[in-house]
Amino acid sequence: MGLLEVKGINKRFGGLQALGDVNLSVAEGSLHAIIGPNGAGKSTLLNVLVGKLIPDSGSVSFDGQSVLGRKPHEINQMGISRVFQTPEIFSDLSVFENVMIPCFAKRDGAFRMHAIESIFAEKGIQAQADAILDDVNMLEKKDMLASSLSRGDKRRLEMAMCLVQDPKLLLLDEPTAGMARADTENTINLLKDIREKRGITMAIIEHDMNVVFSLAERITVLAQGTPLVEDTPDNIKGHPKVREAYLGEAQV
Amino acid sequence: MLGLEKKDFRLLLIVIGLTMLAPFLLNPFPEGSEMAQFNAGYPDLMQRFVIFGIFAIGFNILFGLTGYLSFGHAAFLGAGSYGAVWMFKLLSMNVLPAIAISVVIAGLFSLLIGYISLRRSGIYFSILTLAFAQMSFALAYSVLTPITGGETGLQLALDDPRIFGVSQTATGNIPVPALFGLEMRSSFEWEVGAWLFTFNTGYYLAALFMILAFYMSIRIFRSPFGMMLRAIKSNQTRMSYTGLNAKPYTLAAFVISGMYAGLAGGLMASMDPLAGAERMQWTASGEVVLMTILGGAGTLIGPVLGAGMIKYFENIFSKINETILHGWFAFLPDGLENFVVAMIYPFIGKGWHLTLGIVFMLVVIFLPGGLVQGGQKIAALFKRSKPEDAKPNATEPAE
Repeated sequence: MGLLEVKGINKRFGGLQALGDVNLSVAEGSLHAIIGPNGAGKSTLLNVLVGKLIPDSGSVSFDGQSVLGRKPHEINQMGISRVFQTPEIFSDLSVFENVMIPCFAKRDGAFRMHAIESIFAEKGIQAQADAILDDVNMLEKKDMLASSLSRGDKRRLEMAMCLVQDPKLLLLDEPTAGMARADTENTINLLKDIREKRGITMAIIEHDMNVVFSLAERITVLAQGTPLVEDTPDNIKGHPKVREAYLGEAQV
Repeated sequence: MLGLEKKDFRLLLIVIGLTMLAPFLLNPFPEGSEMAQFNAGYPDLMQRFVIFGIFAIGFNILFGLTGYLSFGHAAFLGAGSYGAVWMFKLLSMNVLPAIAISVVIAGLFSLLIGYISLRRSGIYFSILTLAFAQMSFALAYSVLTPITGGETGLQLALDDPRIFGVSQTATGNIPVPALFGLEMRSSFEWEVGAWLFTFNTGYYLAALFMILAFYMSIRIFRSPFGMMLRAIKSNQTRMSYTGLNAKPYTLAAFVISGMYAGLAGGLMASMDPLAGAERMQWTASGEVVLMTILGGAGTLIGPVLGAGMIKYFENIFSKINETILHGWFAFLPDGLENFVVAMIYPFIGKGWHLTLGIVFMLVVIFLPGGLVQGGQKIAALFKRSKPEDAKPNATEPAE
């Protein structure tokens, strides 16, 4: 059984069947890509996984526990972190504070009234934050305001904020969308690096075939809300159904 | 020191120094001189400076850190005042239990209102708090008259059934609030040459509470909790996807700031043992918003400065009347004198709101960081030689 098991998910928005009978299994330790043309339901599926949307029917279980009906912060506490299409970071806070916050969330849970303790006394948390910033090569930028970072650095920072929590599953929503070629390469390398060093299970939604085929170990192709095939990248490349639905229009 | 970083500790020392020396600092002009009307060193006003300082410090914990703009904080101040006066009526004239109960009552009251209002954010949250505060005001003004005294307000009477202490003094008067025999209204006056300095017991008690309140607010600003509150202001989406539940954090901030308001209300009642419904009115809630923004929301010292500035305007500027103006410009030829007075007159006396409004607009447009930002800009001018710490933003946290 996979780390993440999605079974028979249906979701309608009015007359539109956004997801129809979606099954998906992400094995522990794998990097699973979900691809599909525009409007295939990739983002809807992701929003179901993180608790932002509740499906009409079906089940989602993570690590043996049901995810449905839980709030995003509860799902995060179960061990799922999410990277957004446009980096969601605390823009008004310093880079260092940005990575300290997830450390606190990991250590103290969803809420703790630590109003009297000083941040400066939290040496353990500070060391953790320093270590992760060093990992993503941002240590020299730790005192910068997060909003003043370049787009690529914001992506790195968001990644660091997720990684510092040591998640069991990392969900990535088009992590290279709108990026310049060099930034895309950097992100691919960053993800490869994370895979090598930490072996975190990842599910990635992506448009860019270059990214998908250089990273993924398993690929699920979604089209019009239903999964067409699930296979290894090599088999997907040559699959006639996939070509028809999707790759025919893209360059591979 | 005291669990504070060096910079914060220095700020605390400055605040302690300023409040302790306030009777001197606020009375720079000799008694009887032309300028004596600008002296603010009399007990009543000094008490108001620090009490509204506490109110604004507390409000800033909610608004400055989380960005949730409450338009109903006066309700907690009013509730605190009523609680304190009831303690005077029923328990004793000692101010400590009165102040304690006002904090507790305001805390419970803000827990209730906060729990409901925080179901929404942004403008809807503001409107909910405003509605609750106006409801409280209306209730206090009419329906709850047996508890609140209605229109006349809640006052002490000669037949209050005080458990500890007497209902009336030997001379047949209502006893006055005191701290173990030290009367709040008692003052020590010190004449130095032409100057007269007044040291008032009530002021010093309130000032001690303000220093304590200020210290607590520094601790909160520099705590993980404070960082979470700023995170809420910055990005709630990331907050929840980081595994943090924003709601209890905002509610805790709301209750803490409500308790600060209650403390201010309790102190107000301790200085002058009466409480009226008008303390809960929306104008009073709006005033603390003005104080915080004027001084600099999200900064440590800003709200105190804002409170001081508004109270100074309210009490000093409003006292200048036409006769005084004529006195000032008597050296001008008659026609010109009348003209100048007519030009200035709308901005003084009862027109002090106009001046305050203009100052407020200028601050919001040119100094969005409030008076604190203004101070930093001036400091930066003097420190041109060291451009590396010309950081434009004091709301800049934690480092």
